[in-house]
Amino acid sequence: MSASSSPKTPEEVRQRAAVADNRRRRKARSAPRQWRRRGLMAAYIVFVLLPVYWLLNMSFQSNNEILGGLTLWPENFTVEHYAKILTNASWYMGYINSITYVLMNMLISIVVALPAAYAFSRYQFIGDKHLFFWLLTNLMAPPAVFLLPYFQLYYTVGLFDTHVAVALAHCLFNIPLAVWILEGFMSGVPKEIDETAFIGGYSFPRFFVKIFIPMISSGIGVTLFFLFMFSWVELLLASTLTSTGAQPIASVMTQTKGASGIDWGTLAAAGTLTILPGIVVVYFVRNHIAKGFALGRT
Amino acid sequence: MNKVYNNRAWWLILPMLLLVAFSAVIPLMTVVNYSVQDVFDANTRFFTGTEWFKEMLNDPALQAAVLRQFAFSLTILAIEVPLGIGIALIMPKKGWQASVALILVTMPLLIPWNVVGSIWQIFTRGDIGLMGWSLRELGYGYNITSNPVDAWATIILMDVWHWTSLIALLCYSGLRSIPDAYYQAARIDRASKWAVFRYIQLPKLTNVLVIGVLLRFMHSFMIYAEPFVLTGGGPGSSTTFLSQSLTTMAIGQQDLGPSAAFSLIYFLIILLVTWVFYTAIMNMQKDNNKGA
Repeated sequence: MSASSSPKTPEEVRQRAAVADNRRRRKARSAPRQWRRRGLMAAYIVFVLLPVYWLLNMSFQSNNEILGGLTLWPENFTVEHYAKILTNASWYMGYINSITYVLMNMLISIVVALPAAYAFSRYQFIGDKHLFFWLLTNLMAPPAVFLLPYFQLYYTVGLFDTHVAVALAHCLFNIPLAVWILEGFMSGVPKEIDETAFIGGYSFPRFFVKIFIPMISSGIGVTLFFLFMFSWVELLLASTLTSTGAQPIASVMTQTKGASGIDWGTLAAAGTLTILPGIVVVYFVRNHIAKGFALGRT
Repeated sequence: MNKVYNNRAWWLILPMLLLVAFSAVIPLMTVVNYSVQDVFDANTRFFTGTEWFKEMLNDPALQAAVLRQFAFSLTILAIEVPLGIGIALIMPKKGWQASVALILVTMPLLIPWNVVGSIWQIFTRGDIGLMGWSLRELGYGYNITSNPVDAWATIILMDVWHWTSLIALLCYSGLRSIPDAYYQAARIDRASKWAVFRYIQLPKLTNVLVIGVLLRFMHSFMIYAEPFVLTGGGPGSSTTFLSQSLTTMAIGQQDLGPSAAFSLIYFLIILLVTWVFYTAIMNMQKDNNKGA
């Protein structure tokens, strides 16, 4: 379509009129459409927030108020449940244990995944495709399948009920995930950069640490976020491989089931506290997260 | 990208390989070992061959669990994929609204899975839960502990709440990679909203959607903690999915042989579906490379 200043044929005149007409109509329609869009988005966010609000609401009510009748907000605002969790070692150690094995797992996974992802993104070698698929299958392995062998394996080697056991067990799905995401990000870096650096006399380790890692720092950030996420939310393996010494918060939460029923207020407060680390972490990677979810491949 | 052929790349892979082998190959071999033996105690065991596999494949309770699992996975995919695309289309693209929307949409993904179960348990109880209470006030006798339909509907709603965000975020990142010029061209051609979606946005989304469907399928196939906390697999066994059947058998009843055979069947089903998806992804990347 030409964009010259004066229309020459009747066909062109008609086309321009059509474009202008379309633009006018679009403008007239766009205001209500904008509002419909915002309305739908708001509705979805309410759907997401409502159950979480309810948890928050309960965590600030005393158990008498919770069981006494339905109240839409805490009428006698109390922080007794939070105080109980934060002052009782058997409770807050659950959070410390969870965070410990999550951090250990993040460190192990990223250190071994970085060189592996580089190899997959830059080189062809015997069995590379099969190896990558095999890695992927570990991502798909149901933790329930590995429950019993893990229990026996870690018991035999004397790692049962330690943070290391859970951190290693979570490597099963976190290392393949890290390799997959990092490979996507690394493939976005032009290969010429590597070649130039090698010609310039950089050794491989020096190039990797000084040049390559800074270049994919956002990819590493996003990968760390995902490692955190999947290790933090997984509980079946974490609670099976621990008893008291490294018990994650998830198993501590089962304490709320007592002889006299469930301690709803404490359960709600403990649940609320498990959501907070996630929100803190997501804030830091909010600008890259969308790309990370596409595994660096958009 | 043209990759260099170099077998020394194996050295870069080696540390990762050793770690994953420790946490995947050794345990898997243990499972294979158990699946062909009948273990009485540490010293008494008999070789049984394929007996456990036959028994498991013919077990009506497990067949029912497999069917339930497929019904569940397909249902949530049918709901979450269109809904996720829709949300990605209406998510704000710029400014503080975009940040707030991103963080709020991501939030359900970062909640530990058993806490998700607890949240919905609290939310749906008839006496103290907002949703359960409201439905009862409206005159519907909502009860997830005695009515299988209610239990199913609640678990599906919970999964939609929990995981639609994943599809939405994937599509959101796919949509952001479409250059503005495409939309301008569409406007000049007076393309309808549907045509823009069908011919510009959807083709860009296929790549991320394959990843999304893959991740959703495998996660829904391993679902354990959420229904376990919410319904405990009941009423009866109407919401007992594969992971829960397996855990009950392996840890609860200590039936090593049968549960190992079951594990392998379970894993093979997932592997088969994954392989189909993986081949699809690889072919797509090949096509993309040809186009570029």
